[in-house]
Amino acid sequence: MTVTTASKVQGGIFTLMVVRIADPYDPALDRELAEHVALSPGFFADAPVVLDLRDCLGCTSAEDFTALRQLLRRHRLVPVGVQNASALQLRAAKAVDLAAFSGAQANGARRAAPEVAPRPRLVTQPVRSGTQIYVRGGDLVVVAPVSAGAELIADGHIHVYGALRGRAIAGAAGDRDARIFAHRFEAELVSIAGRYLVSEAIAPEHLGAAAQVALIEDRLAILPGWSKG
Amino acid sequence: MGKVIVVTSGKGGVGKTTTSAAFAAGLALRGHKTVVIDFDVGLRNLDLVMGCERRVVFDFINVINGDATLNQALIRDKRIDNLHIFPTSQTRDKDALKREGVDWVMRELRNEFEYIVCDSPAGIEHGALTALYHADAAIIVTNPEISSVRDSDRIIGILAAKSRRAEKRESPVEEHLLLTRYSPERVKKGEMLSVEDVKEILSLPLLGIIPESPTVLKASNTGMPVILDPASPAGRAYEDAVARFIGEQREMRFVLPERRSLLRGWFGRAAS
Repeated sequence: MTVTTASKVQGGIFTLMVVRIADPYDPALDRELAEHVALSPGFFADAPVVLDLRDCLGCTSAEDFTALRQLLRRHRLVPVGVQNASALQLRAAKAVDLAAFSGAQANGARRAAPEVAPRPRLVTQPVRSGTQIYVRGGDLVVVAPVSAGAELIADGHIHVYGALRGRAIAGAAGDRDARIFAHRFEAELVSIAGRYLVSEAIAPEHLGAAAQVALIEDRLAILPGWSKG
Repeated sequence: MGKVIVVTSGKGGVGKTTTSAAFAAGLALRGHKTVVIDFDVGLRNLDLVMGCERRVVFDFINVINGDATLNQALIRDKRIDNLHIFPTSQTRDKDALKREGVDWVMRELRNEFEYIVCDSPAGIEHGALTALYHADAAIIVTNPEISSVRDSDRIIGILAAKSRRAEKRESPVEEHLLLTRYSPERVKKGEMLSVEDVKEILSLPLLGIIPESPTVLKASNTGMPVILDPASPAGRAYEDAVARFIGEQREMRFVLPERRSLLRGWFGRAAS
C-alpha cells in the first residue's frame, strides 16, 4: 500500500535578481532596464526579480505596483516580491500578490563574496637558503629545488617537484588534511597542522626518494612514493 | 655601458679577493678596460693582493664624500695596461658606503670601463648588499664544504631579491658558480664535497674549478694576481674561467686527481 500526498513541501534555494527602484514612474527606469536586458537577453528572459525599495518613497498603492509590473513584463521580467519595503509599501505589495523578502542587504551590508579556493602559488626558481614563501589559504607548488635553510609555508598542501632540503610547513592554519609531497625528500623539518618532525627523527630510508607526509591519527607519517595512505 | 660583476660568497675566507684580482687581471689581459673595486671598507685587502698598497692616496670613501675625484683615486696597474684598481678605506666602516654616493660612482665607472669587478665583503649586511646591488653578473665563490655551500645559497637568494635588477624588475643577475680551493684527492677520500655535489645543491652553471694550490698564497703575499703566474695550476684555472665568462668553450680541468705517480711512468713505459 502506498501513501500518496497531494503536495510535498521542500526547501529550495534560488538566486534572484534584485532591481532597485527609486521612482516607478521615472522614464529613465524604462531605458535602463532595456539597456541592461539587451546585454544578455537570454539570461533575463522571464527571470524572476525582487524589487528593492530602500530608495523608493513612492510605491505606496496597488496601482503603483501594477504599473511597475507592466513595465517589467515589457522587458520580460517577472516581479515576485519586494525587499526593504516600508509598512505602507508592503501592504500595497501584498495586495498585488508580491511576496516580502527579508532585507538581507539592508543598511548597506554586503553579503560576503562566495568563498573561492585561491589558485595554488607556483614557484619555478630554486628556493634559496634564508628565503621564506607563505601561501595564505592555498597550496604551494615548487618545480625547483628547495635548499636547506629555506622555508615553505602553506595553509594547504605543499608540492615540491625537486629536492626538498629545507623546511615545509603545510596546513599552517590548522588543516589536518594538508599534505607535503616531495619528488626527492630530504627535508630538515616537516610540519602539518602544528605537528612536526625534524630530520633527525626521520628514518633514513625515507630520505633521498619520493615521499609524502600526512597527518594520520594525530601523528606525522612519511609515506614512500605516491601511495594513497 | 660597462658590465658590473660582483664577486661574492656570503662566507669569509673562501677566495673572493683572490678571485676578484685574478678575474679583473684576466679580463684586462684580454684587452678589456677593467676596474676592480674593493667594497670591504675597513678591511682593505685588494690593494695588497694587487701589489699597489704603497700607491694608495685617495679611496672609495673619499670619492663618495667628495673629497677626491674618481680619477685621483683610481690606481693604474703597472703590469697590465687596461687594469685599474679602486681601493677602499681602512679607517672607516661599511656605513660610509652611502647609497647615493655609490650609485654615482657606479654610473661614472660604467661610462668609463667595460668591466667593473666588485670585491664584496663577507656577510649579508650593508657592505655585501651594497656590493651586489648594482650587479649585472655575479660570481659566487664557493669552497667544497657544506657551510660555504649554504652561505652561497643564501647570497644567491639575496641577489635574486635585493639587487637593482630585481628591484627594477629587469632580467635577473647572471649567476656563475666558481668552486675554489678544490682538491680532487680530498674529494676522493670523502673529505670534501665533489663538484657534482655542489652543483646539485646550488643548481647554478659552473664557471670554473680552481684547484687548491700553494701558488695562490705565494701570489697574494707578493702582490701579484695568480693569473699572471703561468706555472700555477690555479692561475691556469682562472684563465679558463675568464674565457668561459666571455663566452668561450673550455673543458673543465682539475676535476680529477693528477696521476703523476709511479703508475703513470709505469704505464707510459708499458705503452711504448
